Amino acid sequence: MTMTTNVHGVAAIRGRLAPWLCALALAGLALPASAQESPDAMVKRVSQEVIQIIKSDPRVQAGDQARIREVIETKLLPYFDFERMTALATGRWWRGATADQKKRLTDEFRTLLVRTYSGALNQYRDQTIDYKPLRADPGATDVTVRTDVVRSGQNPVQIDYAMEKTASGWKAYDVIVGGVSLVTNYRDEFNSQIQQGGIDGLIKALVAKNAGGASK
Amino acid sequence: MIDRPALLRTVATLAAAALLAGCAATPMRADDPFEPVNRASFKVHEVVDGNFVRPIAQAYVDYTPKPIRQAIGNVFGNIDDVFSVINDFLQGKLDKAGNDMGRVMLNSGFGIGGLIDIASEAGIPKGNEDFGQTLGVWGFPQGPYLFIPLFGPTTVRDGTGSLVRFYLGPIGYLRDVPVRNVLYGLGALDARASVLGTQTLAEQAALDPYAFIRRAYLQRREYLLYDGHPPRNNDDSGAAPMKDDSAMPPPDKDGK
Repeated sequence: MTMTTNVHGVAAIRGRLAPWLCALALAGLALPASAQESPDAMVKRVSQEVIQIIKSDPRVQAGDQARIREVIETKLLPYFDFERMTALATGRWWRGATADQKKRLTDEFRTLLVRTYSGALNQYRDQTIDYKPLRADPGATDVTVRTDVVRSGQNPVQIDYAMEKTASGWKAYDVIVGGVSLVTNYRDEFNSQIQQGGIDGLIKALVAKNAGGASK
Repeated sequence: MIDRPALLRTVATLAAAALLAGCAATPMRADDPFEPVNRASFKVHEVVDGNFVRPIAQAYVDYTPKPIRQAIGNVFGNIDDVFSVINDFLQGKLDKAGNDMGRVMLNSGFGIGGLIDIASEAGIPKGNEDFGQTLGVWGFPQGPYLFIPLFGPTTVRDGTGSLVRFYLGPIGYLRDVPVRNVLYGLGALDARASVLGTQTLAEQAALDPYAFIRRAYLQRREYLLYDGHPPRNNDDSGAAPMKDDSAMPPPDKDGK
């Protein structure tokens, strides 16, 4: 399937997993935050920034993939802990991987996620986000920030961010859209790839996927 | 009436075939013991769906004005809401029943027979209850995962729920056969078109689309069963939120 038809297809989304796409619009996490910023405040600030860009940037509006990827890279990715995401998806195999394997695996997984979701970022503009009050102890270091994405004429989609306090501020390590965890969803695939060809087999599969990904 | 005995026979045959094949192969996963059969079904589905159904659904999306598609989806959604009310009661969720009944009344009346989803505009959330969830609330186990060509992912429990729903109609009770068939077709088209984007996403995101769809489906159903608050998961079945075992020693070759 070409990217062109894909964009048309995405415009019609209303399905069970479609909300995954919303996650991006919201998952924008930008600019190094002050250490004091609470995780829910951070999700709110960054998602508003990204929505602002989606609404106002002419190149994003025109579907310019390079620009969309740039927005994701600069505004969103700094607030995700990709190594933690990769470790979670890899599960118990992670500890047996070498440092080099871990790095390559994380890089490829990151590329796959960015490629997949960048095509969808500009599809959601008529939505508002309802930020739920954070229910966590002030001293908590692992929290879930809950939001509802409200789309006109449709049911709200619950999007949760699992976040962890790190030395460089709060980072998201999972996005759960309508009950579907992004990281969990990769677990079976990672596991079966590793059983077939080890960590290197999984890396190879990811590289191959990334090489042909966007046009499939 | 539609030939229901024939449909049942087909389902029974498929189930029997799945059972046999499942027994022949080594069981791979507790939640998907028929994986080899399911994967074969998935391949059949991809060929048939990719060549016939998906292009039709795509044409429907491309050439039907959005307000019309929206209205069609709303009418079927309104019927779903009626079944949400029934299942709310069956599960003893009286608050939700009132909520969903309010939706049906608003949409059937002011929404002109369900053409307009006024209730959602007014901020009354859709209930999304079905017979599969009711069976779950009543304590029936999920049962094996099934992938059925042209129907998609389900489980024994959810599939049973879908059959109950199909038998109750209301489309099956229409006497006018052409009208009935058109409505069946339209319902299927509406349902298929609604997951076009999801499918594109799965194809782009997944190393193994079969496993990706399976996990997403099971996670989503778990979430719905628990009304958005699934229990924290400590086994390996993968429902969110997941256990972080990346600090544990690697499993043996068989993945245990």
